[in-house]
Amino acid sequence: MTWMPDATVAHLRRVADWPDLPGDRLEVVEPIGQGGMGTVYRARDRALDREVALKVLRVELSTPEWASRLEREAKILARLEHPGVVPVHDVGTLADGRIYYLMKLVRGQRLDEFARTVSLSETLRAILRVCDTVGFAHAHCVVHRDLKPANIMVGAFGEVLVLDWGIARVAGGGEDAAAPAAEPPQGRPDDTAPGTVLGTPGFMAPEQALGAIHLVDERTDIFALGAILRAVVNAVPGGDSAPRPLVAIWERAMGAEPAARYPTVRELSAELTRFLDGLPVQAYREPVLERIARLYGKYQTPILLVFAYLVMRLLFLVLRGL
Amino acid sequence: MTSLPDGTRVFPTTRPSVVEAVAGTDPDARSRAFATLVAVYWRPAYLHLRLKWRLEREDAEDLTQEFFARAMAQGFFEKYDPARARFRTFLRSCLDHLTANARRDERRLKRGGGAAHLPLDFAGAEQDLALAGPPAADDPDALFHREWVRSLFTLAVESLRAECEASGRALRYRIFARSDLDPVEGRPRPSYRELAEEFELPVTQVTNHLAWARREFRRVVLERLRELSGSEEEYRVEARELFGMNPP
Repeated sequence: MTWMPDATVAHLRRVADWPDLPGDRLEVVEPIGQGGMGTVYRARDRALDREVALKVLRVELSTPEWASRLEREAKILARLEHPGVVPVHDVGTLADGRIYYLMKLVRGQRLDEFARTVSLSETLRAILRVCDTVGFAHAHCVVHRDLKPANIMVGAFGEVLVLDWGIARVAGGGEDAAAPAAEPPQGRPDDTAPGTVLGTPGFMAPEQALGAIHLVDERTDIFALGAILRAVVNAVPGGDSAPRPLVAIWERAMGAEPAARYPTVRELSAELTRFLDGLPVQAYREPVLERIARLYGKYQTPILLVFAYLVMRLLFLVLRGL
Repeated sequence: MTSLPDGTRVFPTTRPSVVEAVAGTDPDARSRAFATLVAVYWRPAYLHLRLKWRLEREDAEDLTQEFFARAMAQGFFEKYDPARARFRTFLRSCLDHLTANARRDERRLKRGGGAAHLPLDFAGAEQDLALAGPPAADDPDALFHREWVRSLFTLAVESLRAECEASGRALRYRIFARSDLDPVEGRPRPSYRELAEEFELPVTQVTNHLAWARREFRRVVLERLRELSGSEEEYRVEARELFGMNPP
């Protein structure tokens, strides 16, 4: 008997679960990620000579319930035609009965990684793009329910994509009224344990964490957006001393009661835009000195020009008097 | 138990645990279970003695033989408690205990202690050891685990090869071996298209055969793993570590 070398053992551990794709158009290249429901592979579309992402239901979840959940995710993605949502190319069934879908291969950095490499204003602009996408989903009655930095990808050309709509809820869909309460995730912190976790601790609104599914609505996502804002701003170098208006924005977004939060993503977005434009934000009552400092920061150049003019004028008058 | 459309089993059926059988009263079942344990564990045990305990080749051979002989005769494995440790960890502790005692007694190990010799390929293990070079500074658990996975996979591949030959599916095994088993020495593994050209088959057939063989390989490994686990929980943990999956 020949005992296999380490490299072969490692290779077999990787490929034992690879999907059996119908036809010869697609070739699986390598697994690139694993979520609660499925494994995502990089694959090559031979006909179009391009790389695509292939999401396949995990082997151990080969039940009709999970299959229908993955199929539903593909349909939600297809329904949300927006630059911030990964386009789905196809959905199908493998020879072993597992559901899969094909989508655009996203290349880029997770939002929290991106935030560590850019300025605060660039990070906030990326979050505004996320707000646009989530607002679009809400307009189509879709609540994401698992927004977190790991599910947001920033591409090389600044595109911002919201990923993993696996536990999204469609208003009126009634698809998971009896969904279990959240439990700590298993495995890596970013994993969503199948069947037990609907959401991620730290980004989950109280009503979601308590399993009060009937209370989950758009404001549940607004809570998560507030938590994302807090997480990524704190990840920015020097983020420990975040501006107080920004802290007030995420604190309002993360209100314990849904009624205490921004009622819509559009309003959260407007607050962030006001902050970026150097305007006062509604969530924060500004003391006089801070207002002066903010106005000085916003109008620094004209203020300095007027000041310089006044000084010169004064000097002129003084010299003329002599 | 889940069946695929083509009748292939995805998950193993519940088979009698080897760990339970080896401590049981049925002599036949006990003997079969013991043979399975020896097949999977002799090599990790031998290499553990050579690399962790730094025993000379002959001493390691003697002690490996003695360990399994004593385990069978004196019922080492009957003392195993799944609530306290994985079976693999328990077995290694027994081996360490025996080795420590042998060192303490400062006695030269007598070949097999009078017990019947097991036909183990120590020369082959030594050859692999020489080819692999000096081991990395792994902790003993990691080394033992790595050798245990190697044994498990190697035996599963052997079993798959035998099943394929017996059922007229030798071609599937050959494609699997060419794609996933043959050493590549730094080169990329053959693509589906290259395999198709080599075996003069359409690419679709290659991918189908390969997917079937990989599924079967996983099934055999999981079956063996379940047999070798001390508890259902242990089986689930081991399966997750091996394939990154949660078995049902």
